Amino acid sequence: MANVKEIRTKIGSVQNTQKITSAMEMVAASKMRKAQDRMQSARPYADKMRNVISHMAFAHSEYNHPFLHKREVKRVGYIVVTSDGGLCGGLNINLFKASIASMREWEDKNIDIDVCAIGKKGIGFFTGLGGNVVSEVSQIGDKPGLSDLIGAVKVMLDAYNEGKIDRLYLVYNRFVNSLTQKPMVEALLPLPEHKDPDEGLVKHWDYIYEPDAKSVLDGVFMRYIESLVYQGVVENIACEQSARMVAMKAATDNADDLINELQLIYNKVRQASITQEISEIVGGAAALSS
Amino acid sequence: MAMTTHIDIVSAETEIFSGSTTMIFAPAEMGEVGIAPRHAPMVTRLKPGEVRVETENGETQHIYVSGGILEVQPHLVTVLADTATRAADIDEAAALEAKERAEKAMQDKSVKIDYARAQAEFAEAAAQLKAIEALRKRAHR
Repeated sequence: MANVKEIRTKIGSVQNTQKITSAMEMVAASKMRKAQDRMQSARPYADKMRNVISHMAFAHSEYNHPFLHKREVKRVGYIVVTSDGGLCGGLNINLFKASIASMREWEDKNIDIDVCAIGKKGIGFFTGLGGNVVSEVSQIGDKPGLSDLIGAVKVMLDAYNEGKIDRLYLVYNRFVNSLTQKPMVEALLPLPEHKDPDEGLVKHWDYIYEPDAKSVLDGVFMRYIESLVYQGVVENIACEQSARMVAMKAATDNADDLINELQLIYNKVRQASITQEISEIVGGAAALSS
Repeated sequence: MAMTTHIDIVSAETEIFSGSTTMIFAPAEMGEVGIAPRHAPMVTRLKPGEVRVETENGETQHIYVSGGILEVQPHLVTVLADTATRAADIDEAAALEAKERAEKAMQDKSVKIDYARAQAEFAEAAAQLKAIEALRKRAHR
């Protein structure tokens, strides 16, 4: 049986670990709140952008943008948003599962895949598995700016414009609430078709484009895709923090259980050694007196 | 009451301004434009510069944008402001950088995703989770 001192050091080390996990839990909780705020403040832009895009879909432009065409699929692009750090439960694994399931469908049709990885975990995963990672960004921190993402996204948009890829998907975790994150695979390109126009928008009209339709639409669509990716990244960060909070809470609780168990064993061992000592003394005394 | 139009100025990271206005001046790419209510539908790119919004009660708001998109509908004006300074060559440089990093990470790796290995890794993770679950149950007994 383990000796008393050994158990005592073990309890000590579990307690130290528990201190770390509970600190991480609290840090994640406060970061989650901030990340949620950022998620909210990014929403108006996405909403307004969606309005503008839906207006544009009904303007009868003489210029037909490639982002609106459905092409025959020969190659597919994925933008996969993951976290930089670990210790956040099954967050990234679930995301990879969803993205691999979607990629596999293309693979079965013999269609190759390009990946744009945002976040360290995704880069590690896809390079480790031998995926074709064409662009990457990592260490964007807790407060990502749109400017951090432009480069990586542009690689994919250029590939689409040049006809290297014919579909573009965005994979990220959607923030449902602080306990639930849902991995999402969303189609970015070609742009999905729009429903009925807003009321009051008369049909058969067109914008005045300055300087010309092509360059303006290029700019708008590029920003649209970027804002969707940005929204995905911000949401993923909120997910990461909440997943980490939950994981660390579980770890702290587990440490509690472990300490209780060890304490029980410790008491038993201590008791046993006392009993043994007494019986030795009694035995010794009995031997002397007889 | 003077005729007004609604204006929203937003950037990807936050909402900047929203309200009624009687007149808007914006630094469009082809020169500054003034937008009065009931302007014809128009979209244009913006240069870095100042958007001036004259509000209903006669105040003027000055908002700096580093570029973006201006959309005009007769009763609604939207400014999608950029947060980053953008230029074709800057974007290009960022794209190249992202590509290079990926290439570095990809060095001497094959181009096919090893689905079998992915599956195996998932199975392993799932098994680990199960084991943890089992341990937890035992601990609670």
